[in-house]
Amino acid sequence: MRPETLAADERPAQAEPRRARPASGGDPAGRRRGRRRALVTITLFLLPALVLFVLLVLVPILLAGYASVFKWNGFGGLPTDFVGLDNFTRMFEDPVFLGDLWRGLVLIVLSLAVQLPLALGLALLLNRPMRGRAFYRLLFFAPYVLSEVITAVLFTMFFSPERGLANEMLSMVGLEELSSTWLSDPSSVMYSVFIVMTWKYFGFHMILYLAGRQGIPTELIEAAQLDGASGWKVFRHVTLPLLGPTIRISAFLSVIGAIQLFDLVWVLTEGGPIHASETMAITMFTFGFGRYQVGYASAISVVMFLISLVFALGYQRFVLRRDTEGAITGMRDQR
Amino acid sequence: MSRTGTRARVRKPRRLRNLGLHAIVVVIGALIVVPIGYGVLGGFKSNQQLSTNPFGLPSPWVVSNYTDVLTSPDFWRQVGNSTFIAVATALIVVAAAALAGFVFARFAFRGRELLFTLFTMGLMFPFAVAILPLFVLLRSLGLLDNPLGVILPQAAFALPVTIIILRGFFRTIPGEVEEAATLDGCSAFGFFWRILLPMARPAIATVSVLAVVNSWNNFFLPLVVFNSPEWWTIPVGVQQFSGQYSTDTAKVLAYVIVAMLPALAFYAVAERQLISGLTAGATKG
Repeated sequence: MRPETLAADERPAQAEPRRARPASGGDPAGRRRGRRRALVTITLFLLPALVLFVLLVLVPILLAGYASVFKWNGFGGLPTDFVGLDNFTRMFEDPVFLGDLWRGLVLIVLSLAVQLPLALGLALLLNRPMRGRAFYRLLFFAPYVLSEVITAVLFTMFFSPERGLANEMLSMVGLEELSSTWLSDPSSVMYSVFIVMTWKYFGFHMILYLAGRQGIPTELIEAAQLDGASGWKVFRHVTLPLLGPTIRISAFLSVIGAIQLFDLVWVLTEGGPIHASETMAITMFTFGFGRYQVGYASAISVVMFLISLVFALGYQRFVLRRDTEGAITGMRDQR
Repeated sequence: MSRTGTRARVRKPRRLRNLGLHAIVVVIGALIVVPIGYGVLGGFKSNQQLSTNPFGLPSPWVVSNYTDVLTSPDFWRQVGNSTFIAVATALIVVAAAALAGFVFARFAFRGRELLFTLFTMGLMFPFAVAILPLFVLLRSLGLLDNPLGVILPQAAFALPVTIIILRGFFRTIPGEVEEAATLDGCSAFGFFWRILLPMARPAIATVSVLAVVNSWNNFFLPLVVFNSPEWWTIPVGVQQFSGQYSTDTAKVLAYVIVAMLPALAFYAVAERQLISGLTAGATKG
């Protein structure tokens, strides 16, 4: 992988000559004119993307940073009531926000411990010759294309104790004691959220693993088998290490996804009952849009941003450094 | 003889094991299908049937839930809004990202790597971080209850991944093609427009599909930008509908199932592009 990246990195150097295009004869004046023309092209071509990005991505994030040190209801120009770090100290004394951090951690641990191994196992299963393989691949990935809102509304009904199917199914297979009110019991609501998350997203991770698995040359696996390695040993010592980069990226996307989880939980529970399923994004939303405490909500945004940033940089520095450079640049929005 | 004997002995447990593995796949497939099947059949039931007859087929079949959705002007307006916003987002982000990706792939200039890193950093900004100040900004620009208030931010947040994928693809087109075009008197834009873009059609399709799907499923931004039902997209509409008819489960199920169909149909058509976009976005960088 690495040599390929390097080769690709060298390539723009080939484009270098076009800055001083030979068409203008090579005299210094012509070269300068060519260079200026290239500069104009560069500027004009970059302009639309740069304007959009700066105005609608960077400025809002800076604005959040600015607003986070003010007490502000969000109206009337820029905020003026400077309160220093009060919003941040308040946040770390707020049991709901501290609970958000804890619940985020729970979701991350569950994703890494349950969802990713499940996705990996299924990817390896579906990589074997099997009847209906293409169909299952299509089916497992299908929930990913549904929006979180649609998924959440469907599961709200599915979990309903009166009209839903979840409890009925449990009693059908003799697991009545697992029956629950699913979304209205503070002690189990996070698990219900996690079940819906897994239903929707394991197929996405499975697709990543399938792509990664197909990138492993069959010769390597055949060679290990010829040397007498058992199925488990091939998996442990050949497949798993070679899937390393894919696993690390899929874990990264899970974590970033859990940090910013909003739609799914908002529609399932609005963070309830009694904050039991609230996430950072939901706390931010209820304060910013519900109670007009925009300063405090901005401070929550800033902390979300810092957590993501520190995590992403640390991950890139310590976990991904062996993989392709820039590999962290995965999909946003994916879990 | 002995060889066939051992083979037979080896084969039997293997077939058993394969059967077991197949069973796992079938069970998980069932877990995917059951909630959707429950929704489809539930839409044909009455609420009373839903509680007394959870597993059986509807009897009688109630079609009014589905016909109500399909004849509801609100639903079709939401389909129209979602489509318009998704297409406009894709057009804007692909145009801006193709121009920028071209420059990043084909020109050498001071600050290129810095600028490119800035864009790739955008991938790490969770959308939720920016939504509140974005809302304040859009309000002061007068873009609330205006489709541009959703289209432009969506395009901006989709820029990083689109630029990365397109730049990667543009780099694979050999420099000789460009030299030949330049010698034939092609300007930079001429080369970009007449040669690079047509060659990059698969990559363009991939990033467009990605942008459409993300826009189609976006909920947070339209939720805060569109106050008036006139502009609601499907996710906002579904959420509002389920709140409005929270006691009429069957009706909501029908609405949700019908609202799924466009996304599933799109997936059936564009599955290849979507999957290649997702894996490229996640692995190539």
